[in-house]
Amino acid sequence: MFSYYLELALRSLKRSPGLTALMVLAIGFGVAASMTTWSVFRAVSGDPIPWKSSKLFVPQIDMWGPKGRGPDSADNEPPNAMDYTDAMALMHAHRAKLQSAMYQISPSVVPADASKHPINVSGHAVYSEFFPMLDVPFLYGSGWNADDDTQRAAVAVISGKLNDKLFGGANSVGRTLSIEGKDYRVVGVLGHWNPQPRFYDVVNTGGFSIGVEDVFVPFERAIAMGMPNDGNTNCSEIPSESGFVGLQRSSCIWIAYMAQLDDAAAVSGYRSWLDGYAKDQQTAGRFGWAPNNRLRDVPAFLDQQKVVPSDTKVSLLVALGLLIVCLVNTAGLLLAKFLRRSSEIGVRRALGAPRLAIYAQFLTEAGMIGLAGGVLGLLLTGVGVASVSWVLPKDIASLARLDFSLLTLTLLVAVVATTLAGLYPTFRASRVQPAWQLKSN
Amino acid sequence: MQIKPILAAMRHHKAGTVLIALQIALTLAIVCNALFIIQQRTARLSRPSGVEESNLFVIRSDWADKSDPQHTDIQMQADLLALRQLGSVQDASPTNSFPLRGGGWDNFIKLAPDQVKMTTDAAIYFADEHSLATLGTKLIAGRNFTASEIGSQKPRDQLSSAQVIISKDLAQRLFPGGSALGKTIYVSADANKPSTVIGITDTLQAHMQSRRTPDYAYNAVLIPARLLDDGTVYLVRAKPGQLAAAMHDATKALYAQSRMRIIDRKDGVMTFAQVRQRFYKSDLGMAILMGIISVVLLAITAAGIVGLTSFWVGQRRKQIGVRRALGATRGDILNYFLTENLLIGIGGVLAGAVLAIGINLWMVTQFEMARLSLAYVAVGVVALLLLGQGAVLAPALRASHVSPVEATRSV
Repeated sequence: MFSYYLELALRSLKRSPGLTALMVLAIGFGVAASMTTWSVFRAVSGDPIPWKSSKLFVPQIDMWGPKGRGPDSADNEPPNAMDYTDAMALMHAHRAKLQSAMYQISPSVVPADASKHPINVSGHAVYSEFFPMLDVPFLYGSGWNADDDTQRAAVAVISGKLNDKLFGGANSVGRTLSIEGKDYRVVGVLGHWNPQPRFYDVVNTGGFSIGVEDVFVPFERAIAMGMPNDGNTNCSEIPSESGFVGLQRSSCIWIAYMAQLDDAAAVSGYRSWLDGYAKDQQTAGRFGWAPNNRLRDVPAFLDQQKVVPSDTKVSLLVALGLLIVCLVNTAGLLLAKFLRRSSEIGVRRALGAPRLAIYAQFLTEAGMIGLAGGVLGLLLTGVGVASVSWVLPKDIASLARLDFSLLTLTLLVAVVATTLAGLYPTFRASRVQPAWQLKSN
Repeated sequence: MQIKPILAAMRHHKAGTVLIALQIALTLAIVCNALFIIQQRTARLSRPSGVEESNLFVIRSDWADKSDPQHTDIQMQADLLALRQLGSVQDASPTNSFPLRGGGWDNFIKLAPDQVKMTTDAAIYFADEHSLATLGTKLIAGRNFTASEIGSQKPRDQLSSAQVIISKDLAQRLFPGGSALGKTIYVSADANKPSTVIGITDTLQAHMQSRRTPDYAYNAVLIPARLLDDGTVYLVRAKPGQLAAAMHDATKALYAQSRMRIIDRKDGVMTFAQVRQRFYKSDLGMAILMGIISVVLLAITAAGIVGLTSFWVGQRRKQIGVRRALGATRGDILNYFLTENLLIGIGGVLAGAVLAIGINLWMVTQFEMARLSLAYVAVGVVALLLLGQGAVLAPALRASHVSPVEATRSV
């Protein structure tokens, strides 16, 4: 029976090629616009570490107080990064299962081959627990250990890309690398690892960044060597001393922090510890205000930091609006098309076809238009995703990808949406009174 | 014009009427908001930077050895001397940042040393006596820095310049109605370091993408010093028509000065046109995207009206024939379909206007967006009514050509 309906649908569609083409075009454009903007939205709003994001937390401590918040802030949100004093206090208390303070660095690396220009790389100064906490994949070797942290060892973890550049892709564990003019022993080479958004340091990356992170060195080593932070520095008051050491003694914020807390008990324990810490600071006279801390998991923190650009959301909404108009358009045209065949429906009904058969026949026709629109939509989505780099900043455009799930979704949305648009016209067609139709002719 | 019979006829195809009206309403709502976004973004694109942009380029040089500040200072002066001596180069100056850079060092500006809240916020541009000439920015009052006033400082030290040059907009914000020239302001966060305004430039844009803080978009302070950071920016003005040559020569000259530097191959050297393009990329992109969607939307709505009206004309050939046989002119038939479309269109745009404003009000609460001006709704209403009339014209003309003989045909 289905093949019969297909044949009927095909014949009907051929009868008015202009109308059919119009419906297919409308569905194609509507679906393609929605899917292209969806591919971007999906990329920027995705969970960068879905298996663990609900266990990773970003603590925030109010070291500035209500006065330090500046004229623009309306809410009582504490600063989104940490100063050196508090980050160190949290590290030393070591209350979470795994934790790391980190800051962005941009050291120069001098290749062994002296004829080559030195290169600037970007990376982070982190603690050893950074690597197991974030499930960072290693190609060779591993991260350093806790002793290296405290001994400020000259060790480094480098990216696979930098390893290709400096060591020709060979296993470089144990070999030496010159960072800022000092020798470091390579202990690990990362596999492909480029999480987007950069959830572990949203504040400095703004969420997305084009390059990969090339170098990781022990936090306390970087501090001891005076490796300056390359990320943002925000101050509520003037540091009383100048230079990088002055920055460490100030309340300026420039350090990101992440902690792994495995269950609700650990979270509430950590939360009350933070409050206790802030209260101690208040008692000691360092904070002149009541504890005002936050402890958000990664998805909540990304949301609070508004990592998804509002342009991306607006584009998606406008494109969905276009799809809805296309569907309304298709519904109107299908209605006209179906009702034009009232006499045909009358004959079928008079010969004993139940309403269900009419439903099957016309929804098949709507579905076919949806399928054709979907195929056109696939092509246009391909064009759309390929050309987002023309209209979007590089760091975001490079994330949009055409993959199997997007292709499937495109077809599915086209067929389901068009069938839905065909529901009312089909309902009307099924209500045609056979007697009336036969009589009037 | 007979409206009653048209309304009576509409009652027979209620669903189709409602669907067209709904489509017009949604199209109007979306297109109004899209056009408004386009206008807002293109208005940003056409703002002046205050910089003579042609023949200007920017080199970012990072020091590979991160040597001590004194050495950096000597190297920077040698670099500048080498750049200025090039045949293709008109002038060059060192800085940390420049208009449209996309981010940089901002300071709060105060008018008194004990002031708690800032008066405003401004971009900090380190400069020397060549900076204004290199940028092509004119002074509208006061004087330029002299060579002897140019100092140097380390990046995390507080600013300490006794003289500064400020942009026109900053001057007006700090001293509304009066002249800023010769006045004392606090650019440094250090209350013991006041600065005297010795010059005021014409319009000069700040470096930030400032959609959230549009008030600061043209606030800039020129500090007479070289910033001894991990790297520096050189602004270079090529002699007219020699931009490409100057860009090539300058890079070569800098490497000849010292190889212990890093100039990124991709964006280490950029023309100011590239700087502008990068700064406004997301604005232009959003405008283009909204433009494409609007055009597709209008085309589909127009085509939908053509399709549905054509169907109605086909359905009513017999009635049209009867009317023609009873004495209706071609003009009457044409008028009938145009009026029918106008009525549906008016219903649609009324609903659409309400929807457009509703959507905008919601977006204002959700995103950084301004209130939709009613002029856009008015333009959208007229445009959609005209679009509807245009779309219905072809089927209506076909209807007017239906011969009265049709009345006598049975099917």
